[in-house]
Amino acid sequence: MNIVISALLRLLAQGLHIALMLAVAPLLVGLIRLVKARLLGRRGPPLVQPWRDLLRLMRKQPVLADNASIVFCAAPAVSLAAIVVAAALVPSFALGMTLGPVSDLLVIAGLLALARCATALAGMDVGTAFGGIGASRDMTFSVYAEPALLLVIFTLAMLAGSTNLDLIAAVLRDGALGLRVSLGLVLVAILTVAVAENGRIPVDNPATHLELTMVHEAMTLEYSGRNLAMVEAGKALKLLVWLSLIGTIFCPFGTAMADNPLFWPLGLLLWVAKISFLAVALAVFESVVAKMRVFRVPEFLGVALLFGLLAAVLLFVSTGMT
Amino acid sequence: MSALALPLMLAIILGLCGLGIVGAIRTRWAWLVHQGSAILCSLGALLSLIALILPGSAALALPIGLPGKAMQLALDPLALVFLLLLFVTATAASLFALEQHAAEEARAIPFFPVFIAAMALTLLAADAFTLLCGFELMSLASWATILYRHEEDRSRSAALFYLGMAGFSAACLIPAFALLGGGAPDFAAMRAMPPEGWRAGFVLALVVLGAGSKAGLAPLHLWLPLAHPAAPSHISALMSGAMTKVALYVIVRVLFDLCGPAQPIWFGAPLLVMGAASAVLGGLRANMESDLKAVLAASTIENVGFIAIGLGIAFLARGADLAPLAALALAGALFHVMTHGVFKTLLFLGAGAAWHGGGSRMLQRLGGLVHRMPITTACMIAGCIGLAALPPGPGFASEWVLFQAILAAPRIGGLALQTSLTVLAVLMAMATALAATAAIRLLGVAFLGRPRTPRAAGAQEVGFTACAAMLGLVALCALMGLFPTAILGLIEPAIRQMLRAGLSGQIGVVGIQPGAEVPGYAALIIASLLAAGGVAIALVLRRWAVAGHRRGPAWAGGFAAPPAWLPFGDPATQYGGASFAQPLRRALATAVLAAREEVDMPRPGDTRAGRLSVALRDPAEPWLFAPIGRWREKATSLADAMQFLTIRQTLSVMFALLVLLLAGIAVMEAW
Repeated sequence: MNIVISALLRLLAQGLHIALMLAVAPLLVGLIRLVKARLLGRRGPPLVQPWRDLLRLMRKQPVLADNASIVFCAAPAVSLAAIVVAAALVPSFALGMTLGPVSDLLVIAGLLALARCATALAGMDVGTAFGGIGASRDMTFSVYAEPALLLVIFTLAMLAGSTNLDLIAAVLRDGALGLRVSLGLVLVAILTVAVAENGRIPVDNPATHLELTMVHEAMTLEYSGRNLAMVEAGKALKLLVWLSLIGTIFCPFGTAMADNPLFWPLGLLLWVAKISFLAVALAVFESVVAKMRVFRVPEFLGVALLFGLLAAVLLFVSTGMT
Repeated sequence: MSALALPLMLAIILGLCGLGIVGAIRTRWAWLVHQGSAILCSLGALLSLIALILPGSAALALPIGLPGKAMQLALDPLALVFLLLLFVTATAASLFALEQHAAEEARAIPFFPVFIAAMALTLLAADAFTLLCGFELMSLASWATILYRHEEDRSRSAALFYLGMAGFSAACLIPAFALLGGGAPDFAAMRAMPPEGWRAGFVLALVVLGAGSKAGLAPLHLWLPLAHPAAPSHISALMSGAMTKVALYVIVRVLFDLCGPAQPIWFGAPLLVMGAASAVLGGLRANMESDLKAVLAASTIENVGFIAIGLGIAFLARGADLAPLAALALAGALFHVMTHGVFKTLLFLGAGAAWHGGGSRMLQRLGGLVHRMPITTACMIAGCIGLAALPPGPGFASEWVLFQAILAAPRIGGLALQTSLTVLAVLMAMATALAATAAIRLLGVAFLGRPRTPRAAGAQEVGFTACAAMLGLVALCALMGLFPTAILGLIEPAIRQMLRAGLSGQIGVVGIQPGAEVPGYAALIIASLLAAGGVAIALVLRRWAVAGHRRGPAWAGGFAAPPAWLPFGDPATQYGGASFAQPLRRALATAVLAAREEVDMPRPGDTRAGRLSVALRDPAEPWLFAPIGRWREKATSLADAMQFLTIRQTLSVMFALLVLLLAGIAVMEAW
């Protein structure tokens, strides 16, 4: 009986988690925009503006370029579906949800890569220079970001004995590992990768419409209507996935267990607090740094790579795994 | 079962040789050759599948061979895994070739079935003589197919280079087998007497060089992006999909099986180093090539590197007595052999279709094929999902296992080793991302966008059998991606045979697991989640979004619609292969490939066009091949000088040589 109840609770937590992620993602973008506007001395749009934009875009009929193929129409859906699955796998307020056993970090990285590749293909489909420039640059960045991300996974897997995110988060939540220098280095690496993967300043400017500085924006320049709504929703959800991932791994305190609903409200509250903190931090960071040249980005991500490498080597030395 | 399968396999090999003879006598009977080889190969695939499911091994001695020695054949799980891959890819290639795509392809007809038969013979061999016979026949038959457009200088020089490399690999493999088993050519004798000390080291070096050069392991990979694209597409597919795997089979057979389990831990080191170099170099070159088939050939180098890394880790783990890890690494390597073999064959066939349909293999002359060749494009996208290692494709499943193996490898111990393994993992991740970039570049430039030439705009879809061959491979890719446990189950007997340890507990109910208690990758669940996500998105859009769409000129950041005399807009304004590769060329290739960009800007007032030219140089060229070329020149001039010696000098040189040889024999006798 207990097993059935706990399975149901896990399922309920999973459903709640997915709904929460989907609902919160546009609000997160709204929060970042609001904080940035305030820092610049503007009033800024209301928090729910991204949601309103999405609904408005859904009501508009899309205009497709003359030679857009089926790839162009399918790509946003594929990309969004991949990000939604990744969002379902990255825990928010509770650990041990139904999909916990399949939430492998390599799989999550693979799903995000799938989303990226779908978007890049869409960028190439219409055959304009902007789409190509965005796709080319985004894929180039991934050549540096993926190794750095793998080093993060490598170090975490070494600490927890598995690449399963749920297991890693549980091990880190229990605090059995204590504070480690490697974890700090890994945090720097993953923050850098997250900035690049989400196309935030200094790698890319999400608010730009200046052609030469566009990366992510350039690939989706041709989208309109419901297709653009999918692209925007995917972008917002991806940011939330990354922030949740960072929160779950590096700030796992207070995360509830899925089969113990009494702690859900606390977990929820703390998750909102963590995400908001990260969002505000991102907004502040974006307001104080300048965007860098495209050809400097590999160096920027090279730093992440170096930190990841240091973390792994330090771990070998400190744990006496020699 | 194997006892029955072995004579049948032999019959298939003989049948294929017969088809080769038929093809040589009657060129007009091409359909018979290709149909016959399709039937024989599908029978072979079925036979290997059944023999793999019903375990067992068999041996057979043929009444021909070296004087006094019979040719030995044997069928065991390791050979069956590779035979299954060979026959599956060969079936698809034969079906694809039923539709002749160029008149010159007729020249390759007699060599095609012989090529398949030679690969099968190599895999079935149970003595050194048979194996080398098969291996060299494979090299020669494929060399002949590379020459099928012998009017072109490029084909001839590629074939010459290929022949040189084939000679090199023979020069390495024959002494390697001579060092094994104390002179007896059959594998049973070699197994009974595993090499030790310097002898083992020599065997390792010779086999890695000899078979590795055939597989395309860096730094002996230079010939591969030249030779593989030069053959007809269905044969390129077999060369990349199956022939490189046969070379890897020789490595596995000699190093895991014939050298015995008691080899030291450093046995894996050369494979790891060469594998990592191949992975990154191949991935990077795949982004730089401008020929559709050369891109795929370069990515073969990368994938062979991945497999070599898996084999290297299996060696390290076996030397450190970590049987589960060794099994995981070998499983990853063999699984990647299967997945890469299938998706690369698919991609080469698709590239052949694009070449035939779109009239060119060059990226800058294609574009927009998705509108005219939808089936080929869909197949290429399916293949690229494997190439880019995206879930839930086949490439992701096998690379997931390889990554799990390397993530667990630091358990072997030793800080230096651990650090090198970390660097190796970084390079593998980089190679994966490079492969994804190459896949997007290939699809985006050749198949999407706007046609760059009128010929590409008028492209035509290939015929029914060619499409069926590609779609069959797509279905196989999907099966391998969704049911990795089934494929690992097929491979397991081979792993058990090589390591005497299986994958117990690492094949879960729904997915692959790195360890018995740890959750792993559940391909089917991820795929169903993706499908469910897609359905949910479709439902939401249907309920809340406006239906339908309008068409208009591309917005392109506000540029005006193209003028009437440029019906596609100006196709040169879209990104091409060279421009897509530009960021990577500047960021990585300047260091690795010595990439240089030269801008030739006309002076003001001059009306000629400005040009940007790019020069690349593979590092193996200045470091390895150029010095060898110089030494050859020197050796030739030295030999040339000997022709002009006086008779006294000639006689004294001969006498000195005689004394030297006798002294050498005396020393060796005493030793």
